[in-house]
Amino acid sequence: MKTEPVSLPPSSSKIVVKSRGLWGNAWRRLRRNYASLFSLILLAIIVLLCLLAPYLSSYEFDDVDYDNFSSPPSFENGHYFGTERNGRDLFVRTLYGGRVSLSVGLVATLVSLVIGVLWGAIAGFVGGRLDNLMMRFVDILYAMPFMFFIIMLTVAFGRDILLIYVAIGAITWLDMARIVRGQAISLRRKEFVEAAVAGGVSTFNIIRRHVIPNLLGPVAIYCTLTIPSVILVESFVSFLGLGVQEPNTSWGLLISEGVQTMDSSWWALVFPSLFLMATLFCFNFIGDGLRDALDPKDR
Amino acid sequence: MFYFTLKRLFWAVPTLLLIITIAFFLMRIAPGGPFSKERPVAPEILANINKVYHLDESLPEQYVRYLGNILQGDLGPSYKYKDFTVNELIGLGFPVSAQIGGIAILLALLIGVSLGILAALRQNTPTDYTVMTVAMFGITIPTFVTAPFMTLVFGVLLKWLPIGWDDDNWTSLIMPIIALSLPQIAIIARLMRGSMIEVLRSNYVRTARAKGLSERLAILRHSLKPAMVPVLSYIGPAVAGIITGSIIIEQTFNIPGIGRHFVQGALNRDYPMVMGVTILYGALIVFFNLVVDIIYGFLDPKVRYD
Amino acid sequence: MKKLFNWSALALASAIAMGAASANAQQVLHRGLGAEPETLDVQLSTGVSEAYIATDMFEGLVTYGPKAETVPGVAERWSISADGTVYTFYLRANAKWSNGDPVTAHDFVYSFQRLANPATAAEYAWITDPILNNEEIRTGAEKDISKLGVKAIDDRTLQITLKASTPYFLASLQHHASWPVHKATVEKYGNQWTKPENSVSNGAYMIVEWIPQSRIVLKKNPHFHAANTVKIDTVYYYPIESQAEEFKRYQAGELHVTYDIPSDQMDFIKKNLASEARISEYFGTYYYGINMDKAPLGQQAKLRHALSLAIDRNIITEKVTKQGQVPAYGWVPPGVPGYQQQQLDYAKMTQAEREAMAKKLYAEAGYGPQKVLKVEILFNTSEQHKLIAVAIQAMWKKVLGVETTITNQEWKVYLDSRDQGTYQVARAGWIGDYLDAENFLSMFASNAGKANNVRYKNPKFDELLKKAAVTQDAKQRNLLLQQAEKIFLDDLPLIPIFFYVTKAMVKPNVQGWQDNVQGFHLTRYLSLK
Repeated sequence: MKTEPVSLPPSSSKIVVKSRGLWGNAWRRLRRNYASLFSLILLAIIVLLCLLAPYLSSYEFDDVDYDNFSSPPSFENGHYFGTERNGRDLFVRTLYGGRVSLSVGLVATLVSLVIGVLWGAIAGFVGGRLDNLMMRFVDILYAMPFMFFIIMLTVAFGRDILLIYVAIGAITWLDMARIVRGQAISLRRKEFVEAAVAGGVSTFNIIRRHVIPNLLGPVAIYCTLTIPSVILVESFVSFLGLGVQEPNTSWGLLISEGVQTMDSSWWALVFPSLFLMATLFCFNFIGDGLRDALDPKDR
Repeated sequence: MFYFTLKRLFWAVPTLLLIITIAFFLMRIAPGGPFSKERPVAPEILANINKVYHLDESLPEQYVRYLGNILQGDLGPSYKYKDFTVNELIGLGFPVSAQIGGIAILLALLIGVSLGILAALRQNTPTDYTVMTVAMFGITIPTFVTAPFMTLVFGVLLKWLPIGWDDDNWTSLIMPIIALSLPQIAIIARLMRGSMIEVLRSNYVRTARAKGLSERLAILRHSLKPAMVPVLSYIGPAVAGIITGSIIIEQTFNIPGIGRHFVQGALNRDYPMVMGVTILYGALIVFFNLVVDIIYGFLDPKVRYD
Repeated sequence: MKKLFNWSALALASAIAMGAASANAQQVLHRGLGAEPETLDVQLSTGVSEAYIATDMFEGLVTYGPKAETVPGVAERWSISADGTVYTFYLRANAKWSNGDPVTAHDFVYSFQRLANPATAAEYAWITDPILNNEEIRTGAEKDISKLGVKAIDDRTLQITLKASTPYFLASLQHHASWPVHKATVEKYGNQWTKPENSVSNGAYMIVEWIPQSRIVLKKNPHFHAANTVKIDTVYYYPIESQAEEFKRYQAGELHVTYDIPSDQMDFIKKNLASEARISEYFGTYYYGINMDKAPLGQQAKLRHALSLAIDRNIITEKVTKQGQVPAYGWVPPGVPGYQQQQLDYAKMTQAEREAMAKKLYAEAGYGPQKVLKVEILFNTSEQHKLIAVAIQAMWKKVLGVETTITNQEWKVYLDSRDQGTYQVARAGWIGDYLDAENFLSMFASNAGKANNVRYKNPKFDELLKKAAVTQDAKQRNLLLQQAEKIFLDDLPLIPIFFYVTKAMVKPNVQGWQDNVQGFHLTRYLSLK
């Protein structure tokens, strides 16, 4: 992977090499960060559990056990996490919920990452009229009532999980764009960027080669904030009854149901919460590790 | 600077107009009207009601009428709460939301920034891990868990604090403010830690250190201001969101704020109510973004207002 | 503005205290209210929480007794003409508004006309349709509102002329839509007349403070004709939408009386607070309506009965709702005086027998493992509706192998789907406006318009209802209505699930709480020990 695009002007080639080395270094450093490594493994286990959910229990996620409504966790009857109010197995439901929550978190964050970083970097770096226009657009979207947006979408296109992904992604990229823009504005005045501009590198290439790599740190941190917040937004939407459709579920939905019974059946709140929190902690530590590993100044 | 502010204020007009227009027409697409009921209202009675609220006019006519009313500062009657105008409901609710939200955001800034700096200075020490773990709890536990949990523990079991909002008893504000600020503290602390670490490693701080500046002075003089940039980017819109209230907090603690009007207004198809809070929200966002951009200039002298 | 309210409230309180020199400690009651009232204008309001406030603040010709029975209100007595079409009400001499004005027959004429007037745009304008010309006026066919069959003979005599004899007319006057409003106040303040600083009312209480979404404070009305029997001096109503939070505030001692009880807490309550949970039959039915325009369910009664039989209503009431709801095998709830409750024939079977019969009917309708029935249940977003739908989905799957999808929609979208008829099976509930079977049956007449949300059409059913509407003899009329319900249940355009119950937590020191089928507990009958 050492091939070099031939057409590149010499002034930028050095940085390309650097940024490639950056990823190699990053992985080496990430491996040395035990918290991140442990998180990575734990996250892999959680993902695996969610994927293998149907094979891990004798209960289906929508089976009602008429003899066990809100029954506590028990190994004897196979309800490892107990059952919820409708007599459905909480273990299987937690894992199925994980599938939904994880995919919402990942897809929506990806959407927000791509749009947000590009948008913010372009606005912040180019500046001037374009910046003004682009940020006004963000302001306008910001000022739209978010709930209304979701309701409109679910109403217009029916209840669809894909829609929730897109809708949430389409909202969270706004924060990403602002943060990236803030960083880009200060980057624009940095010496090496000014040097590249003086060297006649095209704007797009500067953004791609200089601005975005230097943004990775804050973006990685923000991603670790976005995944939790996306999963939480999904749960808020579900909490209002506009999210996943029964009998499907998500961690957020399970938790919001569990809250209502927290003083009578603790397990309905605790198990989904544990999974959610473990996952979010993992993302957090991975993000922290990534940030340290990617930091261009700390090399 | 003055010119910059003026220009941004000028921009606010088309921004708000666009928001109003999009919201106005989007809302009408949704199925169901403000007066659909369990037992459907007889067509002739519905016709009477529609006439009273000018809903019998064509959509463009209604739109023009609405714009005309807004210019006169009239946001119209609430379709759901018929004894109140939207102006009245916002006038009653906004101060309550703003009070609780304002205190919560100040608290969050104070604690969040301090924790973030502390963690950054003690990077990769037990202090750092403890602070960040606690902060992560703040982020990972949704408000719809913390708020009911607090009412259960401090209201029902320990009986330390009142649950329901009461304007004659300030202790009734403690739980909602804490519940509202917890996730904000966590987010701000994490953002602050991240950017602080970046700044601490930057060349000019290193230079300052090399010149023999004491650690504390180095932080105060050189790091704090630039490190606040990401926090500020976040806080601008967040402030607008928080002082306009949170539906979960308001429902849990029975607070007469305007947060629930966002969701309830949309669910009830209370068109003027949704429009009213949307306009307020939009105006606040525009305002706080302007404030944030101006503060940028103080934090980072390299930012130019062009 | 707010401070002003407090000062005036304070001044008022001291005035009352001075007036009643012998009064002992002030009694202050804190009640849950469910949702924020949409309006306190009695002619415009429709919901239950609005009715709580209206019945405390106002009084009609008749009103609710301690057990929600029809008792004389402003009218101390009345006479009915031999053909049942002319009612003459004689008003009390001491009936007064909260500002001291006497309540006169003219106030009633004004209020009845206001209700019917299309300009008022009152949703419940139909409730006085038995009155001569009411329907014509509200639909705009008759422009002269003074043609309404309500006349003041003198200040204290009111005469109401009906189109035809209507046995439930007195009961329908219990609904607050026809209760009086103070003409001068309404005309002076327009839609601002309900505000605490403007409001004038004629009931046991008057409003002194209103913070939307937080509280409504009522104070005893010193001019009320039975003020000496009213023991609670101040009542605070709190609109609390979340039942869980309301229950917590009750446990924390912030409320004396709740609006509802969360079903999740029933096990805890049965164990620890059984004596404080006041649960009693309510005049309402929870049902699954079937869109009769949609094949195959709409066309095959056997399928509808199979689905109905496969639902184990005892599991739903005992394990899902848990609040003492009564399994329903009929449409009209129990509690209508003189009406014999109708039931599906399988009401008396065991569930095993029902399931066997369900399978048989399902097979007869041509369905089985080879041809699986697909059903979509629609419900509006709510935790309880979801729990019930999930349970029913599982029952249909277990007994018949029916493939059910469940869809929840937010309230307005749900209403729209029902309106447009784009659903297959939709959960719904109906709570009677007044104690009469007609209120339950007439909504499914084929000419009932959109109120007939299942699109049921049966000429025989219509015929019986028409006949009942003009039958004066109460017994004969109830017989006709019973026959109509029987036909309705045979056709089964909806599957009754259970009869509602009223639920409230009431602190032991609250006296005078009497369970009743309409769920009204006027504050004037309560007291604190």
